[in-house]
This record gives sequence, C-alpha cells and structure tokens, in this order.
Amino acid sequence: MFFKSRHLNSINAGHHKHTAGCATEIMPVPATVRISMSQNIGAPCKPLVKKGDTVLVGQKIGDTDAFLHVPIHASVSGKVTGIETERNAMGGMDTMVVIESDGQQAMDPEIKPPVITNHKEFVAAVKESGLVGLGGASFPTWLKFDPKNKDGVKTLIINGAECEPFITSDHRTMLEDAQNVIDGALAVMKYLELDDCYIGIEDNKPDAIDNFDNMFAKQGINNMYTFPLKASYPKGAERVLIYEVLGKTCDAGVLPADLGCIVSNVTSIAFLGQYLKDGIPLISKRMTVDGDAVAEPKNIVAPIGTDIHDVVEFCGGYRKPPKKILMGGPMMGRAVFSDRLPIVKNNNAILVFSKEQAWIPEETACINCGRCHQACPFELLPTGFADAYEMGDVERLNDLQVMQCMECGSCSFVCPAHRPLAFMNKLGKAMVREASSNGK
Amino acid sequence: MASNTKYYDNLTVSSSPHLVTSLDTTKTMLYVVAALCPAAIMSIVYFGIPAVVIIAVCMASCAFFEWAYEKILNKPVTVRDGSALVTGLILALNLPANLTHLSEIGYPIFMPILICIIGSFVAIVIVKQLFGGMGRNFANPAIVGRITLFLSFTAWMSLWPLTNFQKAGVDAVTGATPLGYLADGSLEGAPSLLNMFTGNIGGAMGETCAIAILIGAIILIALKIISPIIPVCFVCTVFLFALIYYAVTGGGPEGQSALYMACFHVCAGGVMFGAVFCATDYVTSPIMPMGKVMFGIGCGLVTMIIRLFCSYPEGVSFAILFMNIATPLLDSFAEDKFYGISKRKKEAAAAEAKKA
Ligand code: SF4
Ligand code: SF4
Repeated sequence: MFFKSRHLNSINAGHHKHTAGCATEIMPVPATVRISMSQNIGAPCKPLVKKGDTVLVGQKIGDTDAFLHVPIHASVSGKVTGIETERNAMGGMDTMVVIESDGQQAMDPEIKPPVITNHKEFVAAVKESGLVGLGGASFPTWLKFDPKNKDGVKTLIINGAECEPFITSDHRTMLEDAQNVIDGALAVMKYLELDDCYIGIEDNKPDAIDNFDNMFAKQGINNMYTFPLKASYPKGAERVLIYEVLGKTCDAGVLPADLGCIVSNVTSIAFLGQYLKDGIPLISKRMTVDGDAVAEPKNIVAPIGTDIHDVVEFCGGYRKPPKKILMGGPMMGRAVFSDRLPIVKNNNAILVFSKEQAWIPEETACINCGRCHQACPFELLPTGFADAYEMGDVERLNDLQVMQCMECGSCSFVCPAHRPLAFMNKLGKAMVREASSNGK
Repeated sequence: MASNTKYYDNLTVSSSPHLVTSLDTTKTMLYVVAALCPAAIMSIVYFGIPAVVIIAVCMASCAFFEWAYEKILNKPVTVRDGSALVTGLILALNLPANLTHLSEIGYPIFMPILICIIGSFVAIVIVKQLFGGMGRNFANPAIVGRITLFLSFTAWMSLWPLTNFQKAGVDAVTGATPLGYLADGSLEGAPSLLNMFTGNIGGAMGETCAIAILIGAIILIALKIISPIIPVCFVCTVFLFALIYYAVTGGGPEGQSALYMACFHVCAGGVMFGAVFCATDYVTSPIMPMGKVMFGIGCGLVTMIIRLFCSYPEGVSFAILFMNIATPLLDSFAEDKFYGISKRKKEAAAAEAKKA
C-alpha cells in the first residue's frame, strides 16, 4: 500500500482520550428501559408488544414491513408498562416501549446461533440481528452487505480510526473483543467473497494495532491487515478512510461499493462476530462516558434504552451541574436537551460537559484567513458557503459544491473567528435541497 | 427511580462541533506582534529613541482610533482583538525613524508625531472602519497609511536617518537608502550587501534588517499563522525579474553583476518586510492557494516595474495596494479553476444543447 502520494487535510482537534485505559465495565440492568422504535436510518418500527406483556431478553419487540429497517429487541426481561410517544434527541416524536425490568434477565429461548450457508442467509441473519452502523450513522448494516454490484466489491475496510476526541469505546472493543472482530470480518469476507480486509486504526492506538498484528500472525490469517492512520481528525470519516486506504476519491453520493469496498465500523463487526456465535441480537452497547461533569469517566456496556441519567449515575453521578450532554463525540455528536433520553444503538459515547467545558466563544468577524479551507478534508470553501448561505445564493452554493460537505466540523473547529461554519454548511445544504425540490 | 433524583431538562442544544480551537483572532494577532518583535527591536537598536517614540505613538493612536470610532458609532468594541496594534506596529515600522529632522527644515517640532497620528487615522478610520471594520477592508490599512503619508509629507518621508553605527565618524545624520543610490544612477557609496542583510542601512525602521524579518517569517510560518506561498512568490519574482533584467541590459551600475543586483533588490527597501508582513495580511490577500501564488508574483512584478521604470525609487507599497485591489478577482479566478465552476457549466450547457 505505498501508492498514496498524499493525504487529505486533517486537523489536530486534541485527543482527550482519558478513558483509553479503562477496561469496560458492565452496567447493571436499570429499573426501567425505554426502547425507541426508530433507531435506524429508514422506516421506524411498530411495537409488537402492548402494555402488560411480559418480555424476555432478546425478544423482538419492534418490526415493520418497510424495506429499509432492522428489527428491535428487548434489552431486559420484565413487563411492558407502556407504549409512549416522546420527543427524541433530534426533536421529533418517537414511539418508545417502556419495559420495567424484573432483574432476571431471562433469555428468550428462541435465541440460537443463526444457521448460514450462503450470502442470502447471511444478509437475512444480519438483518434479524438488528445491526445498524454503530459508528454513528445507524444505517442498516444488512443493506451494506447486499450491494447491487456484489462481484465488484473486493475489499472490506473496518473503521477503527476513532478520530473523535474523548471516545475510546472502539479502542476498547479492539483490545477486548479482537477475536470477535476477526471472526466477524472473516464471515463477511467469506459470504461476500471478498479478497482482503484492512482495519484502519489511528497510530495513537499502537496497542490495538499490535494486538491485531499478533493475532493475524498467530492464526495464520494472511488476507487481513492493519492500516495505521495518522492520528488526526477526521481520519475515521468514511470518505476519508476510503481515500487513505484505497487511494480512491469518494465523492458525496457515491457508494463505497461503487469503489469496490465496504466500510464498516469495528464495533459493528465485533458485534457480528459475537452474534454468529450466540445469536443474541443487538441489545446492549459499549460506550465511553466522559466529560468534566462526570465523576468517574469510564467505558461501559449498557442495555439499549437505559436513560442517560442512569448511565451517569453508574459513573459516579454528576460532579458538577451539566450544561451540555452529547450523544457521540464533540466534533459530530448531537447535543441533547435532557438527560432523560434513552441510549440508542449507535451511541458510542455520552459526554457530559459543565458550563466551562461547554462554552463556545462568541462569533467575531471573518478575517479571511483561509484556515477553514486548509482544514477541510475535501478542500471546500466553508467561508464561501457561509457567505452564500447568508445571501441566499443557491447558485453559488452549488458552484462551490456545498453538497460535498460531510459536516465533519473541522472548519468550525479551526476558525479563529469561531464562526459556526459547519452549521451554516448544513443550512446551506438544506437550502440547496429545497431549491432543487422546488425545481429551482 | 428514586424520587430525589434530579433531572436536567434544559441543557444547551447547539450544532456540532462542540469543541473549538483556542487559537482565536486575538491570539493570532499576538503571534503576529511577536513575529514583528525582532524587526522592532532591531529598529530600536539602529535608530534609538525616535524608533521607540514612533512605534509607541502609532500603536497607541491606532488602538485609540479603533476604540473611539466604535464607541462613537455604538458598535461592539473590538480593540481587544489586537488587530489595531498590529496595524500600528506595521505602520510604524514602515516609517523613517525621523523625529527631529523636520524641525531643521522649518516645521514645528511636534510635526513628526502629528504625521504618525494622521497615518494611524487614515489606516484605522478611513481604510478599515469606514469599509466595515475587521475583515471588510479592501486594502491593507498600514500600507495605505504609509502611501498617504508618503504622498502628503514627501519631505519627511524621504529623509532617512542614518543608523547609530553609520553615524560614527560622519557629520551627516540622514542619507540615501540603497534604492535612493540606485535611482541616482550610481551605487558609489551605497552599503554592502552584508550591511543590507543585517540592516545597517538607511530606510524605514523595520524594513532594513533582513535577518530580523526572516526570523519573523520563520515564527509566522512555524506557527502556521501564514502560509509561505505569498512571501516566497513575492521575493522570488523580485529576484528573478532583477536577474533577468540586469542580465539582459548588461549588469548594474559600476559593472555590478546581475546576481549582485538581484540580491540587492531583494534586500533593499521594503521587499522582505512587505512580503512577510504586509502582503500576507489575511483580509486583503486571496484565500485560495492558487490566488496566493498569483498575488505574490503580481506583487513582485509591480514592485520591480515601479523600481526600474517609474520615477519612484521604491514600489513595494504601491505593488501591495495594487494587488490588494485585485484580490477579489484573483480569488474568484482561483475558485473557478479549483472547483471547475465554469467548466461544469459549459459541460452542462453542451449537454443541454445536445439534448435539444
Ligand atoms: S464541515 Fe464540510 S466544509 Fe467543513 S471541513 Fe468538514 S467537510 Fe469541509
Ligand atoms: S477560518 Fe473563519 S475567519 Fe478564517 S476564513 Fe474561514 S471563516 Fe473566515
């Protein structure tokens, strides 16, 4: 892999990987969980249970006939105490199944390892597992494993970059769950008939790289490789990772499969390895809990549907009053309005910031320094987007190719005037979409 | 759930990212001041008290005008961002360390101070604030300040005090700059290249010492405050232009080699200072790297054309002002090429025509 002549722009956003050395702790089952029925990009599920039903761990409680979806399973055993409609982290309304735990964690007897003999069964099994992209996008994974041009896809790229500051859950997965990662990857390669697999890992996690290298050598695996990446943001963005590993430019809207690869998050692959062995669907999630308002930052595994509040309680509670709580990392994560929201499948971190850490300086005038342009992995012109957006100039937004922006936030991070550039890019993209749906 | 649990339901919601750099505008400006320090210190070493006074007056009056203008117009006061101090310092280093010599030709004693204040007023109020303040000015405030003073107070602006070291053993207190010698057609008595490199020559306070300017440039580039593109293109263009010109015309005065003359032009006058500190002003130079290249080359070309073919001995300020004005053009040209805007449009039009 020496054909790369250059790298995409990236920034040093600080690492803050305080919890890298914290072995994962399993959180005890909370008294109640609230499981959202829309946890994937695509159609939301309809509840299969009603108030008063008893459910077992791993029992399917949500499903739909719509094409793009994955089923949802109970993460605790106990009684359904309500089907509620509540505001979700995005501000929309979600159906939630509330389950009061009986503390038994009795497993659904139906659960057994899937029997797979061919690609079709493999895709069906992945769909049944409820797996979505755990890196943050929550795109149903089974669809990724069923590309239209299956014969053209030759490479599996596993994303273990974990370039977001603070988050270490993927790092812990790679150390604690490496065998599952390998087994999962081998299964994907077998059923999709892939040639090779690269695990992209930032070079600030040398232990994870060494760990994999040793295991490959010991197990005689010669078509999987680790791929060290420079530890800088946003090396773990899908389009950046593809460029770094394969040297192929991936424009917005192009599917990785069109470039002959499948990109999957390392935690998704680890889950898959586990699932193929025991058949337990996606009901819990490893995540990093950090931030200056958390008493004991750590890595935990929590059942899906646990309140953020309970998660923080398990980590020693609040050290200071929280001002901002993030689902995900500080660069692309979502700020939520309340700590009463439940954990969803794609949460890889809960970051709790106090007033001091959440403070973002006020915006000042653009000084035309060009740092936003230099920071952008795709060499876009965020300051131009922002101006064009403010002028409502859709044509200029299109000229400057605003739709290529992946909202990684690098430009906002480096701007000395602290302009909310990534936010304005989002608004600019929405403006372009609206204009084109109105037929210009 | 325990009843005494306290939930937090009114957290801040904002768009990502939730972390930003600590390198803000103020810090950026402080780094620029730091990078200007070697040149400022050398100006004090060479010119003594007058240098201190002029630097202090320019910086203070720039900051004052910024504050006063914004106060009077009820705008948010931005003097804390330090950009006015940078403008003041650059303006001061662009002036002669000339505090007393005007009174010798009949002007009041406070005249030089007044001139500095006028320059600061032009820079901050007229060039920067009247165009909308930080980030909106089309031309470099310090450069326009200097040009204004040069055109209005030509006598003062062309009396160049000798450095403390040059004065030893001579009666004169002012003398010609290296470019002044050249404009007079003879390099007889002009300082050696070594003196020009170390700055032991007549000239604007901060412009003389090439070494100090280079140190400043290294600081700025190492801290990633500026990109090296503009200074490198600027200086290289001056060097090559001079080299070719003198090679073609058969050497400089007194049979100096073309190479010597190329080095002479790079070290003389404001090329180095202008390339590092004035032409790289964010607001008035292009963002796109390709625009920066054209900007730097343009500055070099205009400088040399003025020096060699016009009546002024020095052309750096005019060159930078000229290119400042061209900056929006350069940027849109570079954007167009970089993002293939007109190419895509042409292709779309061609496809449309084919369909029809
Ligand atoms: S948010 Fe968009 S414009 Fe800004 S750096 Fe990322 S991709 Fe580039
Ligand atoms: S980084 Fe900020 S200040 Fe610099 S050009 Fe971009 S928007 Fe303007």
